[in-house]
Amino acid sequence: MDTHEHIVRSYEEELSSLNNKIAKMGGLAEQVLGQSIDALEGRDPDLAAATIQQDEAIDELEKEIEEQAIVMIARRQPLAYDLRQIMAALRISSDLERIGDLGKNIAKRALAVVGEQQPKQLMLGLKHMGELALGQLKEVLDAYIERDADRALKVWYRDEDIDAMYNSLFRELLTYMMEDPRNIGLCTHLLFGAKNIERIGDHATNIAETVYFLVHGNAITDQRPKGDTTSSTPVPLRSAG
Amino acid sequence: MSLAIQTEIKVKAVTPAEGLEEKVSVRHLNFHYGEYRALADINVNLYQNKVTAFIGPSGCGKSTLLRILNRIYDLYPNQRADGEVLLDGENVLSPKQDLNLLRAKVGMVFQKPTPFPMTIYDNIAFGVRLYEQLSKADLDARVEDSLRRGALWDEVKDKLDASGLSLSGGQQQRLCIARTVAIRPEVILLDEPCSALDPISTAKIEELIDVLKRDYTIAIVTHNMQQAARTSDYTAFMYLGELVEFDNTTQIFTNPRMERTQDYITGRFG
Repeated sequence: MDTHEHIVRSYEEELSSLNNKIAKMGGLAEQVLGQSIDALEGRDPDLAAATIQQDEAIDELEKEIEEQAIVMIARRQPLAYDLRQIMAALRISSDLERIGDLGKNIAKRALAVVGEQQPKQLMLGLKHMGELALGQLKEVLDAYIERDADRALKVWYRDEDIDAMYNSLFRELLTYMMEDPRNIGLCTHLLFGAKNIERIGDHATNIAETVYFLVHGNAITDQRPKGDTTSSTPVPLRSAG
Repeated sequence: MSLAIQTEIKVKAVTPAEGLEEKVSVRHLNFHYGEYRALADINVNLYQNKVTAFIGPSGCGKSTLLRILNRIYDLYPNQRADGEVLLDGENVLSPKQDLNLLRAKVGMVFQKPTPFPMTIYDNIAFGVRLYEQLSKADLDARVEDSLRRGALWDEVKDKLDASGLSLSGGQQQRLCIARTVAIRPEVILLDEPCSALDPISTAKIEELIDVLKRDYTIAIVTHNMQQAARTSDYTAFMYLGELVEFDNTTQIFTNPRMERTQDYITGRFG
C-alpha cells in the first residue's frame, strides 16, 4: 500500500488493528467453512460439534470490530480513504459473520446426517462446491489485505461458477428424491447445505464489492451475471419408478 | 497496488457545474506580496447561493484569495494581483472598479470578531448610513432585520444601546455577520469565522451559514475539515499558493481525486 502514514500514530495503529481483526475473522470463517464441509463429507460428529463451537469466536470478533469502528468514527471523524477503511471493516465483518453462521449451519446438517448412507457422487458435488466457495473466500480476503481491486473484481465475476454448480446439484438432488422417497430426508439436508454454500459465495462477492469501493471510492458499475436459477426451476410432476 | 488517486498537481481550468450560476469566476489569478508570489494561476468559481469552502495548510493562500475578492489588499502597498476575478461577469481587478461599491457587494467577516467600539445598534447602522439615507423607522427596521439574520436579535433586542464589546465572542462574531448582512451584500466572505469560538457558538454560526446561503453566495476559509464538510457545497483545496483540487464537497471528503488532498484532509504526511 502506498498511502502515506498518519501524523497521529495512534490513528494508524487503530486502523491497522481493525485490519488485523478482519484478517483474523476471515481466517476463522475459512476454517469454519472448510471444517464443516469435511465434517459433512466424513460424517464426523466431533469435527461438526467443534466447528459449531468455533463460530462463537467469529461473532465475538464482529462485536469487537463494530465497537472499535464506532469509537473511531466518534473520536477521529474519519474522512476519504480512512472513512472508507472503517466502513469497509464494518461491512466485511458483517459478511464474515454471516459466512460463519452459514458454515455453522452446514456443520449442523453434518450432525443430522451422520448415520445416513450418502451417495458418493452427491457428496463429491457438494465438496467441490464447498472448495470453490472456500477458494473465493480466500481470494477475496487476500484482495482485501492487498487492497487489490482487480483481484476482488475477478472474485466478483467468478461467483457464477458456484451458482452453476448449485443449479446442477439442485437438479441432481431432485432426481434422487424422485427415485426413492427414502432419500428425501438426506437430500433435503444436502440441499440446504448446498444452499448455504451458495449463500457463502454471495457474501464473498459482497466482500469483493466492498474491496472495490475501498480502493476506488465508488461501486462496481458492471452488471454481474446471475447464475442461480433454482428459484424458477419447476419440479417435474411425473413420479419416478 | 496503488489507490485510484492522482498525483498531478493543480487545477488548470474549472469546468462550470451544470445548472449553476457563476457568481464569482476567478481566472488565471496570480498574486504577489512584493517579489513573493503568493498565488499562482488560480481558477475557481463561487456559485450563486452556494457555500464554497477553502481549505489547506497555513500559508497556502486561502485568506489571500479571499482578500482579493473584495480587494482589501488594495489597502496595503506592494501587493498586486493579475488575472481576472469576475463578479457577475465584471472584472473587479479593473482599475475602474469602484471599491466602495465592490465592498458593499462583497462583505467580509474575519477570524477575530471586530465589533466597533460603539453600541450594538450603531455597529449595524454605521455601515448602512455610509451607503444609504434611511429614515429612523427604516433604519430601525434594517437593524432588526440584520440582527435577526445574524441570529442575534433575541439575545440583544433589550440592550441595543449596550456596547458591542460587551457581548460574548460568539455573539460578537454574529454581530459582525449581521453588520455585513446589513448593507445587503451579494457575496459574503468568512475568514475562519469560528476559530475562536466554542462548539455552541460554532454551531450557531454554521446554522446561520445554512440560512444565509438562500440569499447570498458564501465563501468560507476554515482549518476545521469537519466544518468544511458540514457547511459547504463546494470545496477548494489549496497548497503552496496553488489550487490543487476543486470539486463538490461530498467528492472531496469521501473520494478526493488528488493524493495531496487526501493526505491533507486525513492528516497524513505528504
